[in-house]
Amino acid sequence: MAAGAVVLLIVAFLIRESVPALSTIGIGRFLHDPSWHPAGEASAGTFNLVPMLVGTLYLSLGALLLAVPAGVASAVFCQFYAPGRVAAVYRRSMELLAGVPSVVYGFWGLVTLVPLIRRLEPPGQSLLAGILILALMVLPTVALTAVAALAAVPRSYLQGAAALGLGRWATARRVALPAALPGILSGALLAAARAVGETMAVLMVCGNLVQVPSSLFDPVRALTANIALEMGYATAQHRSALFVSGLVLIVVIALLMALVERWGERADA
Amino acid sequence: MPEVRRGPDRLAALALWGIALGVMGTLGWILVDLLRFGLGGVSWSFLTEAPRDAGRAGGIGPILVSTVWILAVSLVVAVPLGVGCAAYLAEWAPTGAPLGRAVRRSLDLLAAVPSIVFGLFGMVFFSQILGLGFSILAGGLTLACMVLPILIRATEAGFRSAPQELRRGAAALGLSRGAALRHLLLPAAVPGLVVGLVLGIGRALAETAALIFTSGYVTRMPSSLLDSGRALSVHIYDLAMNVPGGEGNAYATALVLIVLLMAINGTASWAAEAWLGKGWTR
Repeated sequence: MAAGAVVLLIVAFLIRESVPALSTIGIGRFLHDPSWHPAGEASAGTFNLVPMLVGTLYLSLGALLLAVPAGVASAVFCQFYAPGRVAAVYRRSMELLAGVPSVVYGFWGLVTLVPLIRRLEPPGQSLLAGILILALMVLPTVALTAVAALAAVPRSYLQGAAALGLGRWATARRVALPAALPGILSGALLAAARAVGETMAVLMVCGNLVQVPSSLFDPVRALTANIALEMGYATAQHRSALFVSGLVLIVVIALLMALVERWGERADA
Repeated sequence: MPEVRRGPDRLAALALWGIALGVMGTLGWILVDLLRFGLGGVSWSFLTEAPRDAGRAGGIGPILVSTVWILAVSLVVAVPLGVGCAAYLAEWAPTGAPLGRAVRRSLDLLAAVPSIVFGLFGMVFFSQILGLGFSILAGGLTLACMVLPILIRATEAGFRSAPQELRRGAAALGLSRGAALRHLLLPAAVPGLVVGLVLGIGRALAETAALIFTSGYVTRMPSSLLDSGRALSVHIYDLAMNVPGGEGNAYATALVLIVLLMAINGTASWAAEAWLGKGWTR
């Protein structure tokens, strides 16, 4: 009950704080204003959130595009290819990777990855850096849920495949993966939720310029980073506008979680 | 019957080993970097001294103290709330009951709310509306909201692992449900609570975004809960982003943080396996 109260409190609070922005600025201006200069009065400031929305979208999609195949491959490797001990070590290191705090990922990305990318194409702090770090961060989520889903595939399926003379790869691809698909999908959705909500790492490696990126090497600013950068000094309409973006984040994540629940139920049935 | 083709099989095996090695290699790369650049900086004086020159020199003594205080506040607040809620979910709410379901769903949502949104909420609600300012208290309360779901999930598992005979025996003796809960089931749920506690500490220790604007930046030794105090993770962020030449101490601090977290997470998974059985997952 207490926890329910806390959630309700947070959501109610976010809505209450967003109301001034939503009523005086209106949703349209968040999408159509010429730029993001939110300081000052509602009439003077401009409130275009599109660059941040696009930034978050690109970052999350890019990270998933890398992390989902790599994560599923890792899981197949663990369940079908690796010798027992190697698989155990691999799973342990996935858990370790999941336990690294995001500020450490951000720091490592900033001092190691960003200079490497800078050598390729300045300025280094870029969409690409954010995608790579995010992919690394959500990889364990995908891999560990996929391992669990593959482990739950009934033995009889695998025995049937063996009886048909299928090789390892054919067994994994044609039998085990389709059977584990719901679990793998919910893992990917969870990873998406994590990528959308991630703040520190993205804040540290992406450069944070308010712009719709035109290439992988352009700096971007995510919604979360925008809140982190500006809430320290935001007042009035500006603060309210930040609350609107917080609300957007919660809604997106709630939708992803609802989808996970949908898939989870279907997997049980 | 289709003929067995070995070509794709071998190719797939090669690709999978390659991906696995790549992932392991990246993890190794991060850990080796942290050790290589951080280990030289960690010493007893680093752990106890105050930072000097904006953190470029000196140690992390006051920062460790602030971190511990922030954690303490969040646990003192979260544990009673969490145990109460877990007891309700496990003992009173039937699995299909609408209220129990609503609470459980909101817990799942709470667990997924991005930390920066907690930070925004904490800054305005605790720091500004309740007038706590940038303080250890405000940071701790914000973190308490964040660790609640973890704590509740684990404690609930602890209650559920208590044998059914306890409840029947209590009912046969004519004990009220409240008395049975306090004297029999609560002790039985302690292992779950401990697991949740350790996991919660792990999450709280790793947290940065929710703390920057609630517990603040100040590196002085905190003298009360209403003082601002900088957490370890915020220290890493500040050194990396705002202090040119701060990388050395940032590496050392990151190493300290990672070692702490590994110890904590290791304890948690050991305890979970030992006490709650294999089936329990986060």
